[in-house]
This record gives sequence, C-alpha cells and structure tokens, in this order.
Amino acid sequence: MTLTPRHYADTLVLALAGRLDHDSSERFRVELEAFLQGARDGRCIVLDLAGLEYVSSAGLRCFMLAAKQAGAQGGKILIAAMRPLVAEIFQISRFTMLFEVHPTVRAALSATSAQAVAAFDNG
Amino acid sequence: MRVRFWGTRGSLPVSLTSRDLRDRLARALVAANGRDLDTVEKAQAFAEQHLEFSLTHTFGGHSSCVEIEPATTHEEYFVCDMGSGARPFGAHVLARQGGRPATVNIFMSHMHWDHIMGFPFFGPAYVRGTRIRIYGCHEALEQAFRRQQEPPSFPVPFKVLGASIEFVRMTPGETREVSGVKVTPQLQHHSGDSYGFRFETGGKSVVYTTDSEHKLEQRSETERIVGFFREADLVIFDAMYSLADAVSVKADWGHSSNVVGVELCQMARVRKLALFHHEPANDDRAVERILRETQRLEELTRDAHRLEVVAAYDGLEIDL
Repeated sequence: MTLTPRHYADTLVLALAGRLDHDSSERFRVELEAFLQGARDGRCIVLDLAGLEYVSSAGLRCFMLAAKQAGAQGGKILIAAMRPLVAEIFQISRFTMLFEVHPTVRAALSATSAQAVAAFDNG
Repeated sequence: MRVRFWGTRGSLPVSLTSRDLRDRLARALVAANGRDLDTVEKAQAFAEQHLEFSLTHTFGGHSSCVEIEPATTHEEYFVCDMGSGARPFGAHVLARQGGRPATVNIFMSHMHWDHIMGFPFFGPAYVRGTRIRIYGCHEALEQAFRRQQEPPSFPVPFKVLGASIEFVRMTPGETREVSGVKVTPQLQHHSGDSYGFRFETGGKSVVYTTDSEHKLEQRSETERIVGFFREADLVIFDAMYSLADAVSVKADWGHSSNVVGVELCQMARVRKLALFHHEPANDDRAVERILRETQRLEELTRDAHRLEVVAAYDGLEIDL
C-alpha cells in the first residue's frame, strides 16, 4: 500500500496504490493523518483511488476517520477514480453516503476549486 | 444438527401491515397477469419460481430466538435467547412433547429487553414437570428474568411458574458439556456486555453471535473472534447496520455489519454465514437487497474458500 501526494494549486491529491486491508490499514491511517492539515478552512483533499486494488472495512474506517477530522477542521475529503471492485465495496458498505464520490480526479478538482482544476489541466 | 430460527429481528419485533400485504398482493397479481393460474398449486409454483423472495416471504418478525437441534439427541431442547420468538418456539415444544414434560436449555447472549421479552409467553414455563436451565455469563441473569414478571410489568410472577427453573452461570472461554453438546461462551462488545456461544456436537459447529460490535482495527481482537468462529459450519451474525453507520453515527452502539461478517467468516474459513438481528427499520425488500449485496461482496473478495451467505428469517431451518 503506497500513498503519493501531488499538489494542484490549493488542493492536495493523495494517490493510493495497492491493497488497503487489515494488515496495512494502521500504517495507512498514520500516513494519512500526516497530510490532514491539507484539509482545513475550506480546503479539500482528493483521494485518488485509481491504483487501489482492494479496501477492507478497516481501510474504509481510516477514510471515515480522516473525513471526520477534516470536517472538524472546516475541510473536506473527496473520493475519486475508484476501480469497479472498490466502487462496489463502497456501495455495499454505504460509504457512498459518507463521501462525495467523483469518477475522475479532474472531476473532483472541478468540484473543489477553479485554480486546482486549472493547475491539473496545465499538467 | 438442525438450526431453526424462531426470531430474527433486531431490537424490536416488527410485522407486516395491512398496507404492506395489500401492496404485495397487487404486485403479485400484476406479475401474474396473463398466466393460467387456476389452482392454488399452480399459483404457489408461480410465486416460488417467478416472484421475488421479499414479495412471497417476510424476514419477520420476532426478536431473537434460535433453536439448535443436535443430531445426537432429541431428548432436550437447546435455544439461544428468549426474544419474542420464544412464544412460537414454546408452542412448538408443547406440540412436539404431546403432554410429556420437556427439558429446555436456554443460552442467553445478554438480557436486553428484546432478548428476554418472550419468556413470559414461553408456554413450557407454565407446565409442571418441565425443566428449564437458563445459561449465561451475566451476574444479573436471574434478576432480569424475575424483574420483567414483577408488577406492574406483567401479571404472572416468576415464582408461580410451573416449571423447575435453574440459572447456570458460565465462564467466558470455558467449554461446558450440556447433555452431549459442547458449549463455549465468548465475551463480545455490547452495552453491558454480551456473549456469543459456539455449539459443537456430532462433528458440526454453530456460532451464535449477536449484539456484538467488532472493531477490526484491533488485530488481537480480530484474531480472538476469528479463533472463535474457526471453521464453523454456520455463523449466525449480527448484521444490523451498514458498515458506514457502524463506524460513524452508530459507532459504539454495539452492533455489527454485513461487511464485517463476511470478512470475519472468510478469515475463519466458515462455511455458511446467516445475516441476523435485522434492523427493524428495514423492510423485506431492504433485507433482501442487503443479502444480495453481501453475496456479491463475498464473490468479489473470495479466494479459494467459498462462504455461503443467507439472510435468516422466522421459520428458516438450516440442516448441517
């Protein structure tokens, strides 16, 4: 399980890759926590799940905890680019009720800030 | 071994309303339009083969009550919890005994109201000569049963019941042999604590685990639960909430989800998972949808081991 940060103007995109299961979720939670200051005072973090192969209940809980902290700071976590298998797990778990989900990173950035999507389009 | 579900609903009994029935009947008639259904047998076959389960059945119903019938002995009854399903279970015992006194072993997960409310309506308790042993790990086990029959809650005091009633304290983690059946209780996370039970007899095993919240982020806790479920033929699992609810707004409410049920049973190489303790706010279509989604989740996440997933309903019998 890897976590790679990219910045687009005022928005942080975190790209996840690999399997987020019971073995990797605690390490992921700690790594993610270090980035959560990026989601405060109206700013958002986009979780790019294009490289995520599988997520367990423990991994989903990490997303929820991050969203809770972001919300308390006045920020938000958005989900983008889920593979079909992960999207189904999200739906079955009803995590679609907890998160704003976008089909692509660009769509998520469009929903957050004009500067971020412009930075994304400029490469 | 046979498992009979007498009560499968969580927290509070529910029933279909007249409106529910009318709507179902209307949908069934529309689906049958143009078909040659001039006998009850043809209509029943059509319903069985062509209509959704949630149109022709109901998940019920009564609150928790599950009978475990060992293949090795038919002399005594084994039952988990005394929810409102205890009333039809009691009628079943009386009919089967045909006047002979019964011996009933009751295993109590905990004493929240939905798990004891059926006892005052449990017919065999009123029959002289009946022997009832109530097993559990809570110190207040006997008090809870006596208190709910005190005025002003119920007109028949516990002390006048005809049956001989004995309370037996069990110790979590310690296996006890009860009339040829090995029974092991295990502590679970729930308000005031609850206990799951593993039953083993004749080479088969059933785990009854309801009113239990599983926090899988704690590795040692996960291993403990997986060890308790290990290679069980059937796990009857509290799947009351969605995972999203269980880890957010309903965290620490003491219940689990279908998703966690699949994960634990896959880890433990369980053969069959029965979703149980259905949320009372969910109608039959919602429970059926949850069942289909859970079966799909099992399919998506399956390795070499296949886990069969069913949703328990009042009247369901599972032969192991």
